[in-house]
Amino acid sequence: MSELLNNDLNSTDLARENAALISPELADTVTLTSIDKAINMLSQIVSPIANLARSNSVWPLTFGTSCCAIEMMCVGMSAFDISRFGSEVFRATPRQADLIITAGTITRKMASALITLYEQLPEPKYVIAMGACTITGGMFNDSYSVVQGVDRIIPVDVYLPGCPPRPEAILDALLKLQQKIRTENYAKRRVQAYQQRPVCYVDYDCGRPLEDLLAMAMEDTSLALDQK
Amino acid sequence: MSTNLETTNLKTDEMIINMGPQHPATHGVLRLILKLDGEIVRHVEPVIGHLHRAQEWQGQNRTLFQYQALIDRVDYLSGMFTSLAFAHACEQIDGCQIPPRAQYLRALVCEMNRISSHLLWLGTFLIDLGALFGFPFYPFREREKLLDLFEEIAGQRMMFNYIRIGGVQRDPKPSWFEKVRKFTAEFPDRIDEYEAIVTQNPIVLKRTKGVGILDKSVAMDYGVTGPSIRGSGINYDLRKTRPYGIYPELNFEIPLGQNQGDTWDRYMCRILEMRQSNNLINQCLDKMPEGEISGKKQIAGLRIKAGEGFSAIESPRGVLGCYVISNGSDKAYRIRWRNPSFCNLAVLPSLLIGRPISDIMAIFGSIDVILPDVDR
Repeated sequence: MSELLNNDLNSTDLARENAALISPELADTVTLTSIDKAINMLSQIVSPIANLARSNSVWPLTFGTSCCAIEMMCVGMSAFDISRFGSEVFRATPRQADLIITAGTITRKMASALITLYEQLPEPKYVIAMGACTITGGMFNDSYSVVQGVDRIIPVDVYLPGCPPRPEAILDALLKLQQKIRTENYAKRRVQAYQQRPVCYVDYDCGRPLEDLLAMAMEDTSLALDQK
Repeated sequence: MSTNLETTNLKTDEMIINMGPQHPATHGVLRLILKLDGEIVRHVEPVIGHLHRAQEWQGQNRTLFQYQALIDRVDYLSGMFTSLAFAHACEQIDGCQIPPRAQYLRALVCEMNRISSHLLWLGTFLIDLGALFGFPFYPFREREKLLDLFEEIAGQRMMFNYIRIGGVQRDPKPSWFEKVRKFTAEFPDRIDEYEAIVTQNPIVLKRTKGVGILDKSVAMDYGVTGPSIRGSGINYDLRKTRPYGIYPELNFEIPLGQNQGDTWDRYMCRILEMRQSNNLINQCLDKMPEGEISGKKQIAGLRIKAGEGFSAIESPRGVLGCYVISNGSDKAYRIRWRNPSFCNLAVLPSLLIGRPISDIMAIFGSIDVILPDVDR
């Protein structure tokens, strides 16, 4: 065991695989600790146990914008009782939550708030896109103010169709998410967390990244100052 | 409570706090920019539009038949009322006759919807006051029964699309009426149960009595409607003051707030309204006539005559108005909504200024705003 831990990072196949996952920008800032290495070694044993524990206590964020939020409320009540599956603890702050259920239409004004919330969630984090509006735009598919599918701004794990979906459908989506959590590799998920990039902000009018637009604006100001 | 805070000589700095748009107690996505002096609110600026889905614009780009399915989303807690307002406006233009059975069915489902909307309000209001997971189970238990009844006639729990231009969509089976009778028979006992827990609860009384007093003149200036204005003692209910449908044939009285119009009065007004609605359902069931349920053929190419129509009805939140201009085609030329929540939200800053920050959610919960109704 100690031999394995003292080995170089690249000596085992698993570690080499993980080293490749770390992006080059972060290579000198992020190093795999010995705990990470140990988890890598033991991931075959640890993953099923850790995943079982994690999958049975997925805490959602109280994020509801419109109609679907009422059904999300109903699923917490005694008729459907989401606490049978360990998710009754709706957290008001993203720092304590594992899951965003995007209950309701996401408009362009709300999109930046949703991106901020997603980035504030600690890893590992999951998203259920609930309702037709958040999957494709749904009934508001030609509306000028609605984001046409929430997967354009944040990654989505489970899609839950319906307008609004029945509470039983929410439970079904939660069970599918639990299945997904149980089958993933805990060590790989941890390394992927290092690789995570901030979400790219895109201007809705011209479809170009905001960073580019800012750079252009700064260039223009510097040119104008030079001319003065 | 606030007066004690006012008289202390503590030196405090003004602080700006941003509340929302993701906040568990704002019932959706309202953002409040608060200027605080210690705990006292000095200035409030509500920022709306986080849920603007272009409902009016969509009405002009869809056929009337398609738009009927969409308007339940204008106010999702009371979908029957938005459908009814739209149907009334279109029938006013078209001049089609509505059979009496359809009229009674409309009143019946609307009053049931009023109860389900107030029940949800009761649960969330108590959550706002801090009764997280405990009391809210009680109103939601009855709400599920109502939603099951709606599902049986409309096929959906919340987005009914039941009231159509010219009548209603389906004729319920006789067994459905029996189920409604069973519900109304036991519902007064259930309200007694809620009242035993909430009405004279010392914590609720401390949080609501004398908090958020809505003056009569202020309420009238801002155009506040619904239980919020009736809690202040103004008898303004369109079912009585400007009757529509079959309401003139029904026997009922409008409950009013007994005190100065504080949060507790608005709570009590809604509780009494639920009892009143239960009574109205029973009257509708007793008088239910036989016959046709729709005076207009429900086909995809539904058209109405050219003209303008305006209708105003009493929704659980207040006066809901719908203005339709038709040019005779299958699409409306212009649709405009007058939403009660929008006008009720306007009065919020004047209620909050000078109150401690802990009262914000008690006051905001008591005026019963839902955000898609504000932003449309």
